Amino acid sequence: MAGGHASTAPAMLAPEAPGLLGLSGLGFNRAQSIAFLVMLAALLVGPFLLYPVFLMKLLCFALFACAFNLLIGYVGLLSFGHAMFFGMGGYVAAHAAKVWGLTPELAILAGGVVGAGLGVVAGWIAIRRQGIYFAMITLALAQMVYFFCLQAPFTGGEDGIQRVPRGALLGVVDLSRDMSLYWVVAAVFLAGFLLINRIVHSPFGQVLTAIRENEPRATSLGYRTDDYKLVAFTLSATLAGIAGGTKALLFGIATLTDVYWAMSGEVVLMTLVGGLGTVFGPVVGAAVIVTMQNYLAEFGAWVTVIQGVIFVACVLAFRAGVVGELGRVLKVRL
Amino acid sequence: MLEELLFQIELGLPQIVLGLVNGAFYALLSLGLAVIFGMLNVINFAHGAQFMMGAFVAWMLLNWVGIGYWPALVLSPLIVGAFGVLIEKTMISRLYKLDHLYGLLLTFGLALIIEGIFRNQFGSSGLPYAPPEALGGPPVDLGFMFLPKYRLWVVVAALGMSLATWLVIEKTRLGAYLRAATENAALVQAFGVNVPRMVTLTYAAGVGLAAFAGVLAAPIYSVNPQMGSSLIIVVFAVVVIGGMGSILGSVVTGFGLGLVEGLTKVFYPEASSTVIFVIMAIVLLARPAGLFGRA
Repeated sequence: MAGGHASTAPAMLAPEAPGLLGLSGLGFNRAQSIAFLVMLAALLVGPFLLYPVFLMKLLCFALFACAFNLLIGYVGLLSFGHAMFFGMGGYVAAHAAKVWGLTPELAILAGGVVGAGLGVVAGWIAIRRQGIYFAMITLALAQMVYFFCLQAPFTGGEDGIQRVPRGALLGVVDLSRDMSLYWVVAAVFLAGFLLINRIVHSPFGQVLTAIRENEPRATSLGYRTDDYKLVAFTLSATLAGIAGGTKALLFGIATLTDVYWAMSGEVVLMTLVGGLGTVFGPVVGAAVIVTMQNYLAEFGAWVTVIQGVIFVACVLAFRAGVVGELGRVLKVRL
Repeated sequence: MLEELLFQIELGLPQIVLGLVNGAFYALLSLGLAVIFGMLNVINFAHGAQFMMGAFVAWMLLNWVGIGYWPALVLSPLIVGAFGVLIEKTMISRLYKLDHLYGLLLTFGLALIIEGIFRNQFGSSGLPYAPPEALGGPPVDLGFMFLPKYRLWVVVAALGMSLATWLVIEKTRLGAYLRAATENAALVQAFGVNVPRMVTLTYAAGVGLAAFAGVLAAPIYSVNPQMGSSLIIVVFAVVVIGGMGSILGSVVTGFGLGLVEGLTKVFYPEASSTVIFVIMAIVLLARPAGLFGRA
């Protein structure tokens, strides 16, 4: 769906400037390199200026949104069921840390593995249809996973899994202090962010973009588009699982909220606000929405209404999102 | 063995009837979605919220104005339909030139707004709405089971409304215009038909169908702000299973899946909330276009 925008955008832009400080090796153009350095600086300074738990929550959602954006922004697939990977990743990581006593990095990894497994199955079913049907199918599958979590014994039903220990990294570094956990979460986010960026700029990513722009053409060129879509879907689900697992360890709790359809909607909103198909959009969008939720928490149910209004406003008047609009003003691709 | 099965079916009959009632709502809601999608190419995510609005408007009419069930059955769809006109005119109509997914996102946002407002106003606990006197009273004794009259009425009303929709679309001049505009809007417009107005009214009609289902649902389920959101996801699955190609398909799939859900409640209750999603997955694997869909 970002297709229309992305296909016209390059024509308006200045020719790609060379990279900066060797960051072009990551696939960044000049503007993106600067933005990346700014983000890196914010990651380093952030915990000394802001409440680390808030920042960690933000980073978990930013990774989740980046994973989602990999599908919508680069393959043109709107998944309305990404909560199933995020939530299940959280449950499994929490279970692994609490019941199996795994170290945090293994617990997070377990979340990713479950995201991947679930992604293969859900993707295999969902990619049989395109467009709106794809969105409805992923939503329905996610609801199925929600009911599974509601009934399965290991998830604790309405209570969720509570008092999950953060444990010690590699069994050595105690993570119960927020600042120590922060660097782990930041590293997980950064690794995920760079991986997505690497995927997007790889030959594989180019094929994904081709599928987004014109799937029949990609097929006629000999690409098995369904295979490409399934791999992309699985990668996205894996990263969403990792994000969910990290969030579960951060708060020591995994609940039904994270597998509920509203969470699928939230990640769509974050990506939309930041800018579909932009590199930094999902991060900015996650920051905007998480901050908003933090400040508006006292308004209770009005938060839903405000989110709805933002949704409507973005779709009607602000389709490029914050980063997309910024890129247009500055005539660069971010 | 057989006797045991029969006994279990007899015990489960109320569940099966309830399944048919649920099926009636699936049928009406998927019908509305199909009507809207056919004309606007938009999946109306706000359909569940509009279903809920239908129930609430009926409740308001009764408690604030003193208007009872039967007039509400007509008035509520009209009121909510008028709201639909407003939404189509001011928002949805701006998106027709864009990717269809934007329509989904917009109506999702609308659903959040509507649901949130109603939750702030009325809280999350349900409000009671009594069935009309003619349909209250003791259940009908069918010999092998007691059937509450109101449930029977819901099934009959849903079937009647589906038939009426089918007649309008397939057998009237207006329906012919509609089908023509679905095929080629530009050409129909060239013949002097006001297509944008037709699109608006189609949306209103689809929304009205949802509100009609909402009024029907009000005496069965308690009237609460969340009554539509979980239902609409099931209806999406129903739509995927049936395909949005035909009216008959929507109705048959709706009732059929309601029935299957009811049967599951009898024989394997743990799976009753997921059975429709499982069927959806199986149908997608075997026949991706849906049971009644055209590939």
